[in-house]
Amino acid sequence: MGNMKLTLKVWRQGGPNDKGRIVDYPVSDVSEDMSFLEMLDVLNDDLVRKGEDPIAFDHDCREGICGMCSLFINGEAHGPGRGITTCQLHMRRFKDGDTIYVEPWRSTAFPVIKDLAVDRAAFDRIQAAGGFVSVNTSGNLVDGNALPIPKDDADKAFDAATCIGCGACVATCPNGSAMLFVAAKVSQLALLPQGKPESKRRALAMVEQMDKEGFGNCSNTGACEVECPKNISLEHIARLNREYLTATLTKE
Amino acid sequence: MALTGLFLISFLVVHATVNGMIFFNDGGVTFNEWAHFFGTNLLIRTMEIVLFLGLIAHVVDGLMLWSQNRAARPVKYAMEKGGANRSWYSASMGFLGTLILLFLVLHLWHFWVKTRFTGIEGYGVDAAGRENLFAVMQQTFRSPAAVIIYVLGCFSLFWHLLHGFKSAFQSLGINHSRYNGLIAMCGTAFSIIVPALFALMPISIHLNWIK
Amino acid sequence: MTKLDSKIPPGPIDRKWTDHKGHIRIVAPANKRRIDVIVVGTGLAGGAAAASLAEMGYNVKAFCFQDSARRAHSIAAQGGINAAKNYMNDGDSTYRLFYDTVKGGDYRAREANVYRLAEVSANIIDQCVAQGVPFARDYGGLLDNRSFGGVQVSRTFYARGQTGQQLLLGAYSALMRQVGKGAVQMYDRHEMLDVVIVDGKARGIIARNLITGAIERHGAHAVLLCTGGYGNVFFLSTNAMGSNVTAAWKAHKRGAFFGNPCYTQIHPTCIPVSGHHQSKLTLMSESLRNDGRIWVPKNLEDAKAIREGRKKGSDIAEEDRDYYLERRYPAFGNLVPRDVASRAAKERCDAGFGVNRTGEAVYLDFGAAIERYGKQQANIQKIDGPTKEKITELGRAVVSEKYGNLFDMYENIVGENPYDHAMKIYPAVHYTMGGLWVDYDLQTTVPGLFALGEANFSDHGANRLGASALMQGLADGYFVIPYTVGDYLADDIRTGPIDTKRPEFESAEKEVKDRISHFLNNKGTKPVDDFHRALGKVMWDKCGMARNAEGLKEAIQEIRRIREEFWKDVRVPGKADGFNQELEKAGRVADFLELGELMCMDALHRNESCGGHFREEYQTPDGEAMRDDAHFAYVAAWEWKGKAGEVELHKEPLTFDEVKLTQRSYK
Repeated sequence: MGNMKLTLKVWRQGGPNDKGRIVDYPVSDVSEDMSFLEMLDVLNDDLVRKGEDPIAFDHDCREGICGMCSLFINGEAHGPGRGITTCQLHMRRFKDGDTIYVEPWRSTAFPVIKDLAVDRAAFDRIQAAGGFVSVNTSGNLVDGNALPIPKDDADKAFDAATCIGCGACVATCPNGSAMLFVAAKVSQLALLPQGKPESKRRALAMVEQMDKEGFGNCSNTGACEVECPKNISLEHIARLNREYLTATLTKE
Repeated sequence: MALTGLFLISFLVVHATVNGMIFFNDGGVTFNEWAHFFGTNLLIRTMEIVLFLGLIAHVVDGLMLWSQNRAARPVKYAMEKGGANRSWYSASMGFLGTLILLFLVLHLWHFWVKTRFTGIEGYGVDAAGRENLFAVMQQTFRSPAAVIIYVLGCFSLFWHLLHGFKSAFQSLGINHSRYNGLIAMCGTAFSIIVPALFALMPISIHLNWIK
Repeated sequence: MTKLDSKIPPGPIDRKWTDHKGHIRIVAPANKRRIDVIVVGTGLAGGAAAASLAEMGYNVKAFCFQDSARRAHSIAAQGGINAAKNYMNDGDSTYRLFYDTVKGGDYRAREANVYRLAEVSANIIDQCVAQGVPFARDYGGLLDNRSFGGVQVSRTFYARGQTGQQLLLGAYSALMRQVGKGAVQMYDRHEMLDVVIVDGKARGIIARNLITGAIERHGAHAVLLCTGGYGNVFFLSTNAMGSNVTAAWKAHKRGAFFGNPCYTQIHPTCIPVSGHHQSKLTLMSESLRNDGRIWVPKNLEDAKAIREGRKKGSDIAEEDRDYYLERRYPAFGNLVPRDVASRAAKERCDAGFGVNRTGEAVYLDFGAAIERYGKQQANIQKIDGPTKEKITELGRAVVSEKYGNLFDMYENIVGENPYDHAMKIYPAVHYTMGGLWVDYDLQTTVPGLFALGEANFSDHGANRLGASALMQGLADGYFVIPYTVGDYLADDIRTGPIDTKRPEFESAEKEVKDRISHFLNNKGTKPVDDFHRALGKVMWDKCGMARNAEGLKEAIQEIRRIREEFWKDVRVPGKADGFNQELEKAGRVADFLELGELMCMDALHRNESCGGHFREEYQTPDGEAMRDDAHFAYVAAWEWKGKAGEVELHKEPLTFDEVKLTQRSYK
């Protein structure tokens, strides 16, 4: 067992319609080898033993790829540290005696379900609006190598495609904008020949759905890029802007 | 925002150029000549209307974004470390814009209203016999309060431009690793030079560096 | 004993699938609209199946317990996906992929299934490319390949270290396209808690809405379980925290036989356990073994000094290092199959050569690779007489390009830079080859109930080769089930919608509700995790990398004790009607506690060693697994008889017409 003592200030909210509040929890015996979520596990274990309601938070793969974990830790999405998710945040980044704020993502489009868990279905709806290549399953497609793709384009498309849909961009953006999320998908598919035929329709449809969901507007503060656990670049937002502008100007 | 912003930026270039004529330090003769030309040319007068429309569009657009963005996060964070991931001014464009707008009202009252409506005949004519807008400046900047407000206005403009200039390019989709440095450099240079030029005017008139 | 009918089509192996597809029944487009299909799980198998079936015209309801279909654990697969494309011109072929897979699985897989898998593998790549999956490419713009454990060709397609993510997002985007069209109704944050059988056929499921807690009935003409593996029975595994056996286990209790439950894959390259708080283990992709060399010190004193912190790995001279995989298996070296590599690591650590505090870690060293790549780069960049530092710098850049994200991941978790210090790794539970028994059409022993991907007992026999799980998930979802489910559903075109008010739904719902209320009113003292951890320890110690009859017998007794205590003393706080993560966990652990016993029974009955199942009593003098083909060349399919521990064994004999059974040798 470790020896760090911390004070957590955690957002507790019983349900979607309840009024929440910050509750203080002292935690001791925190080891620096623990991940942040393991530290919360220890706290929850304690709460259950005491007959209290454990803190609800989303998590699944615990290796930074599923995008399920969230948490606004000490004023930053996924806490301090760059290019990592909350599950990859380890307690060695904190020191004995620290006070740590733990809050849910704050966005109209991400209503709180309970405590720190939020509903990110808005992202799925944006994806369903156009985040795909319209191709059916078929055993008779052209060979994967029939269409060479410049390595640079493939690499850039990959960089965009690494988005895990965690919502840190929205949570971080002072405007609550989802541009980085939308841009990542639009940009990935706009860069690849397979996605080009419907790239205009895609940009229009995804942006329209994004606006419907109640996300804010991009004002290019660049905060999303800094906090993105996958380091997705603003360059992709610019590409979305280009796609969107040309689509708007040329649509029938 | 980007289009109207860039349009307003282009206006700043014209405005700074014309006003820069005071630095000829010839008792305002060159400046008044240019001002007269700009005040009477039909094309420029038409552009003035366009300019106002552009400004209004920029302000209205800004207000709409501000209200939408506010609605996007009804519950604020108890603890938010904005400084960790963004510059304060990039996240304060609305606030800086409001300061600039307030300044603008005063500024228009000082000069534009006078030249267009109430008239500046009372300020006499300059050495070349033209109506003397330069004298209006001299009169206005006699007050230290006015100078301070103008300098603060220029500061707001500086921060606003520092983000706004390069942000406009990003919004229009112009982002390329090869040119981003250039855009950022131009943006920073512009944000420093233009507001500095403007700020220098009230200061130098007040301190009688130019007469 | 019920006879298991694997329904393997007749004919030569390379014609079976084509002929089968040509002869089975299909459902006309107009009739597909009248048929509902439930897909549980939205990973590679489920996502691909749901999207494909909806494209064909079926009404699909897809379920996942995560908050979005995009988060299924397939996403965490790192290394790649195999396909017999032979782009590298290194002698690959459908047959060779088939052969490697059967051999890698230690001859415990069904030949016909494996051949089909190899056959459709190339289509998968084409399909994914068409969806916009950004596979790694070469400068010529063509797809790149790398090699993986257990094979001697380069047939693995990859997208940096995130291949599973990219493939899953491809399937997810296809799925969301159908959701947008209204062809799929998506139920995320829903957990399937029972399957409903009407007149002997699977006709629906009972699911809990995890947000509201509502217990819902959903009817359908067929139910597809694509719910992944059960590695979390070990508590610590590389599986996601939510990965569970519940759907498959409920199906088992409703009549679906469970195949080869004891076949567990232990992945050799995971980050070692750091302490009691550990909630899961993190995998370091097998692809690292392409360039990393695995070793422990030759001398016990050195190992001891390292464990006590008196020495570092870098202090050990080259001649004092034991590259034990290269020593034991010169032909395959560090690229031996996972089971072999894992056992070899355990063998060294058990002998006292482990290199971390707990004594359970070996080194995975990139020093040689950095030097090799560095020299290569110096040549390419025409640097004459490069300094050692320059070579290291250049070499690191190459290694970082290839494995950068994995190295970062490692550094985050361990707090040590793997470029400077050799990585420490240890085997961990990673994949389960066992699962619901299915026939060639992927149908379980319950008509209308299908199992796809890791959830079925699968095509991997007793051991799965790297980069084959993605291949199987997508093969099942995109290219197998769309055909085979039609053959079953052809009988249902006049059935009409399934009535969920039937007594079968009623009683299944009641059972689910009763269990939930038992948990919430139990007034026990211990959290769910206590029992899960205890179960995991028993499983790992006695049914893990190495097993023996005595240990397994003890394990069965211990699991029974834990289970009994669990039902008496578990404490589940909160309410039924709302978001309650402890309640979710309780249900899953309850099922693991029954599954664990079955795994031990299966391991105990299989008196041989094969693939991931290593019985200490059955090994060659030099410690290799010793199969007993005369007695155990069969699939063990277990039938539930109403109570945990009461099961009946059915055997599906495995016949090998194409591949000659030999002892696997990677020497």
